Amino acid sequence: MSIIVYVSTKGGDVLKSSLEAVSYAAQTAETSNQEVVAISVGKVNSMDELGKYGANRLIQVQSSSISSFQPNLIAKAIHEIVKMEGSNLCILSHDLNGKAIAPILSVEMNAGMVTGAVGLPDNSDGFMVRKGVFSGKAFANIKILSENKIVTVMPNSIEKKEFKNTTNVEDVDIELGTPRITVIDQKIASTDVPLPEAEKVVSAGRGLKGPENWQMVEDLAKELGAATACSRPVADMDWRPHHEHVGQTGVAIRPNLYIAIGISGAIQHLAGVNQSKVIVVINTDKEAPFFKSADYGIVGDAFEVVPKLVEAVKRLNA
Amino acid sequence: MKILVCISKVPDTTAKIAFKDNNTSYDTNGVQFIINPYDEWYALVRALEIKESQGGSVTVINVGGAENDPTIRKALAIGADDAVRVNTLASDALNTAQNIADYAKKEGFDMVFCGKETIDYNGSQVGGMIAALMDMPYISYASKMNIVESKATIERDIQGGKEVLEVEVPFVLSAAKGMAEARIPNMRGIMAARTKPLNVIEPSNTDYMTEIVGYELPPAKGECRFVDAENPEELIELLRNEAKII
Repeated sequence: MSIIVYVSTKGGDVLKSSLEAVSYAAQTAETSNQEVVAISVGKVNSMDELGKYGANRLIQVQSSSISSFQPNLIAKAIHEIVKMEGSNLCILSHDLNGKAIAPILSVEMNAGMVTGAVGLPDNSDGFMVRKGVFSGKAFANIKILSENKIVTVMPNSIEKKEFKNTTNVEDVDIELGTPRITVIDQKIASTDVPLPEAEKVVSAGRGLKGPENWQMVEDLAKELGAATACSRPVADMDWRPHHEHVGQTGVAIRPNLYIAIGISGAIQHLAGVNQSKVIVVINTDKEAPFFKSADYGIVGDAFEVVPKLVEAVKRLNA
Repeated sequence: MKILVCISKVPDTTAKIAFKDNNTSYDTNGVQFIINPYDEWYALVRALEIKESQGGSVTVINVGGAENDPTIRKALAIGADDAVRVNTLASDALNTAQNIADYAKKEGFDMVFCGKETIDYNGSQVGGMIAALMDMPYISYASKMNIVESKATIERDIQGGKEVLEVEVPFVLSAAKGMAEARIPNMRGIMAARTKPLNVIEPSNTDYMTEIVGYELPPAKGECRFVDAENPEELIELLRNEAKII
């Protein structure tokens, strides 16, 4: 038997979120002695990474009809491979691509699904998966009752494990029909790490007083190798682009390190960041609610504190 | 355009999250419920804007018990024409989607709108499932949408960027930030909502593919460790040697 895992690519490189899904599949396969079969639509540049994350094989689906992101057709392609392999478990990332494809696949496969898993399946009594619910305020253990199953993996939530697999490649041609969506424009963010995949994030809020003061935030992010983010008022006032807005209505993230500068920590903001592993809060107001959720705090003026932090990280990097 | 908007009832963003019956069910005691913000602010309001500029109708659908009716009435107060409630427990996405799709197929809609996810179960599932069950294209995380005659132009979030696409009706979309601005129901809307139709139908599907076994609260966060503002370098030291994160 095999476990199927879908991988998204950008310019032929497998996305980090997808590699995590491969790792999830590989760690699940280990306990049940199964093979991990990755599926990509189009060519993947290098097999080394896939092997290291635990894929045994890669099936590259070639189809003339998928030259843009077509969730309906990709789901169909995955289902064809699932049938060919006789598999009953499919793993995807709970990234934006996985969120588009997985629900369609669930209907195709007639599979029960848990999305946003934060732990490996527990097979001790059926098939149970843990996921975050209530926007990070609790966890639920959910059993999949159907024979076919789909799990999507929350980015940056699974411990990685190194495998030494060699990934064999096969090309498969599948006729999938005509796409019903015509993509007319694509705006892919520059080479920077996209915010939802970033392991470190430096974020700032209204406390910075104006968009002209963001240089020190960018400097700190650059020195740490972090992505930048902001609170909702900052995006609403157009101080920063909307795609940087983290929180309940913006992007939900769970980096290893989240540094919040001049953000008070409204509950809507916390809902988007409360699953970060380490939270640092810098605020002039010692009563700011964010300190209750913080691991480390500095009560002080960002304009004095942040430049000193930039210098300290520079010295560390030197 | 005939538009169906799927709305879910969720605890208010600031509600306390607690569990009862040995952590097997959510404790609703004292909890105020709202329409899932993405369903209301983005999906419903954008549907109403399209109806106002181009004509047509907006129906809202919810899956749940009679306790959901006040929440559904709020959607009518904001401006939906009529409402349908499928009278069954919404605990499994595929079951919920099947019930909505069966109704939608029977009635025939040009577009079905959902929110990008609910703020309680954070699933992001039902919209795509409805699309697949009705054999319609699915556009997830739509942040802008315009429609001229039968062709819609939609901007959607994909991993690492945005895409603009064109699609003919019928289709299903899930709405994210940017689609519309929240509306507050006015007195006239609230009065009108009392007499708008809220039809209750029995579920066409009773299969459940998943089951929630239990809940856990995250471990309590330790005390915040404060670093002196005069010596912020110490923070970098701690992040490297204690948290081992940089």
